[in-house]
Amino acid sequence: MSVEARERRQPWILLSPALGAVTLLLLVPLAFIVVYSFWLRSAVGADTPGFHLDNWQRALTDPFFRYILLNTLKIAAITTVICALLGYPAAYFIARSRGNKLILLLLLMLPFWISYIIRTMSWINILGSSGALNTALMSVGVISEPIRMLYNEGTVILGLVHFLLPFMVLNIYVSLEGIDTNLEDAATSLGATRWQAFLQVTLPLSLPGLAAGGLLCFVLGAGTYITPLILGGPRDAMFANLVFEAIITQLNWPMGSALSLLLLMVLGVLVAIYNRYLGMSQLTKGLG
Amino acid sequence: MSAVELNNIVKRFGAFTAVEKTSLSIPEGAFVTLLGPSGCGKTTTLRMIAGLLDPTEGEIVIGGRRVNDVPIHKRNLGLVFQNYALFPHKTVAENVAFGLRYRKVPRDEITRRVRDALELVQLPQLGDRYPKALSGGQQQRIALARAIVIEPDVLLLDEPLSALDANLREDMRVELKRIQERIGVTTVFVTHDQSEALAMSDRIVVMSNGRVEQVGAPEEVYTTPASEFVARFLGASNILEGRCLSRGPEGAVLEVPVFGTVRVPSARAPHLGGAGPAKLVVRAEKLILREAPARDALSAPATIEAVDYQGQAARYFLRAGDTALQAINMIDARPFPAGAQVHMTLRPQDCAALPG
Ligand SMILES: Nc1ncnc2c1ncn2[C@@H]1O[C@H](COP(=O)(O)OP(=O)(O)O)[C@@H](O)[C@H]1O
Ligand SMILES: [Mg+2]
Repeated sequence: MSVEARERRQPWILLSPALGAVTLLLLVPLAFIVVYSFWLRSAVGADTPGFHLDNWQRALTDPFFRYILLNTLKIAAITTVICALLGYPAAYFIARSRGNKLILLLLLMLPFWISYIIRTMSWINILGSSGALNTALMSVGVISEPIRMLYNEGTVILGLVHFLLPFMVLNIYVSLEGIDTNLEDAATSLGATRWQAFLQVTLPLSLPGLAAGGLLCFVLGAGTYITPLILGGPRDAMFANLVFEAIITQLNWPMGSALSLLLLMVLGVLVAIYNRYLGMSQLTKGLG
Repeated sequence: MSAVELNNIVKRFGAFTAVEKTSLSIPEGAFVTLLGPSGCGKTTTLRMIAGLLDPTEGEIVIGGRRVNDVPIHKRNLGLVFQNYALFPHKTVAENVAFGLRYRKVPRDEITRRVRDALELVQLPQLGDRYPKALSGGQQQRIALARAIVIEPDVLLLDEPLSALDANLREDMRVELKRIQERIGVTTVFVTHDQSEALAMSDRIVVMSNGRVEQVGAPEEVYTTPASEFVARFLGASNILEGRCLSRGPEGAVLEVPVFGTVRVPSARAPHLGGAGPAKLVVRAEKLILREAPARDALSAPATIEAVDYQGQAARYFLRAGDTALQAINMIDARPFPAGAQVHMTLRPQDCAALPG
C-alpha cells in the first residue's frame, strides 16, 4: 500500500469508533423516529404502521402548536439576548484579567458539577412563597404576604439564563482571548477613547464568539422542557413540553415523533443559516 | 527644548520594580533608542510615555506639558508594535485613516493624507487589501504609515523590526531611518538588538534591570562604555580586572593580567577617579592576532582554542595563561587554525578603563 493511501485511510480509521457510535446512537434512532412519525396511533393495541400524513398535517396546522412554537422561539430569543448582555462583560473581564484567569474559568464551570435539574429546582427555594426571598422580605417587613414570584414566563427565562449563561460566557471569552490587546492600545493611541476603541475594534472582532454563544443558547434554550416544567406555569409550556406530553402522557408516539422532528427542523434551519454566514468552525472553537 | 522628558520615573508592579528612578531628556527631532536585554524595562518605559501605563512615581513631560494625567488618546503619539497590531477587519486604507477620523479631518483630506502616507512607505497600491494578505514587512510599513499619518508629536516604536527576517530587517532599518529623517519626528525606538541601535540612533539609552546604565551617541557608548554591563552588551569585549596605578590629565595607567602596564587615554577613562581597582575593556575586534609580536603596540602570546569562521571575519577563542579572551579579526588570506600559537597585539588608545 502506498504512503498516500495509508495517509488517506488513517483519519477514517481514527474516526470510525466515533462514527459508529453516532450512527448507532443517533442516526438509527432518528430514522426510527422519522418512520414512526408516519404511523398512526390506535386507541387500543399497537400503533398502525404505514405512510400516513395525519400527524404532520396536525403538527403543521394546529394553531395551538403554532402558538407554542412561536412562544418557544420568543423565550429562547429573550434568553439569548439576556445571556449576551450579561455574558459579554463577564467574558471581557475574565479575558482581560491577569493571572487568576484559570480560577475564574473554573468558577464559571463550577455549576456544571451540579445536576441541571437540581440547579433549576434551587430557584423554588429562593423564589417560592416560603423561599429565601419572600422570607427575607417579610422578616424585614417590606411585605406582609408572600409575593407570587414563581411559575411564570419570567421564571422560565430566569432558569434558562441561569442554565445557559456559562455557554455564552465561554464562547465570548474564547473569541476575546484570540484578540491581540495591542489592537485596542493602537486604537487609543490614534485618538479613540477606550469605549470607541472597544466599539471599533474589540466588539467587531468578537462577534463570531458572540454569534456562536448566541446560537448555542438559542438552540439549547428552544429545546428545553425541564425548565418550563419546573419553573413555568400551565401557560408557559415550550415546544419540547408538547413532545413530552404526547409521548409520556398520551403515549402517542407517532404524534410526538412528528412534533420533535418539526422542532429539529426549525432549529436545523437556524443552524444552517448560521453556518452559511459564520461557519461551524467558530462553534467548535467555543466548545473546545 | 526637549520633546520628551522623564523626571525620576519609577514603575512598580506590586513589590517588583520594573523601572527604577529614571530621568531622561529626549531632544526635539532626535532618534533615541532604548537598548537593553529582554525584561530590562524598555517596553514599560515606552508604555509610560505612551500613556498605556501610569508611572508609580515621577513626571512625564511631552512638549513642555506635564502629561501624567492626560489619557493616551489625547497625547497625539504614534505607536508601532512588534506584531504590527493592524486591525484585521479593516482594509489597509481604513487602518491608515483610523486616527484621522478622530481628528475632524475632512473626508477628501483623509483620502489625500492616506495616499501620501502609503506613498511614503512605498506601498501606494495596497489600500484595498486586508492586513492578512500582506507580508510581515508590508504590514510593518502599514503600521508605520498609520502611526505617522496623524502627524504625532512623538513616534514610539517597540521592537518594530524584531519579527522580520534578517535580510528584511536590515532593509527596513534603512527605510525607517529614511522616513524618520524625512518627517523629522521625535522618535523613541525600543530594541534589544545592539546593531540596530548603533546603526539608527542619534542617542542610545542603555538599560539594565530597570536602570539606565548609560546615555550617549552610538560611538560614545560603543567606544567608552560607562559600565561593564554596557561593555559586554554592545559588541564582544574582553574585561581584564586589575589596578589603576595612577590617574592624571594625560591618562590612566593600569596594571592588568596578560598585557601588564597599559596607558589608557583620559577620554577613554572618564569614570575612573584615581588609583585603586580598575578594569580594562578591550574590544574583540581591537585585539589583533599576528604571527610575531608587534613593536609599536602591546603584545602578548596566546593559544587559539577555537575558531568561529564567519566569512569575512573570524572569531577566535584564546587563552593566555589563566585568562580566556576573544578576538574578532578580518581574514586576509586564511584564518589562523585552532591550536596555533599567536601574538595578540593591542594599541593602548583602543582600550577603555572602568572603575573596578
Ligand atoms: N503588567 C505587569 N505586571 C507585572 N510585571 C510586569 C508587567 N509588565 C512588565 N512586567 C515586568 O517588568 C519587567 C520589564 O518588562 P518590560 O518593560 O516588558 O521589559 P522589556 O520590554 O525590556 O523586555 C519584566 O520583568 C516584566 O516581567
Ligand atoms: Mg519589550
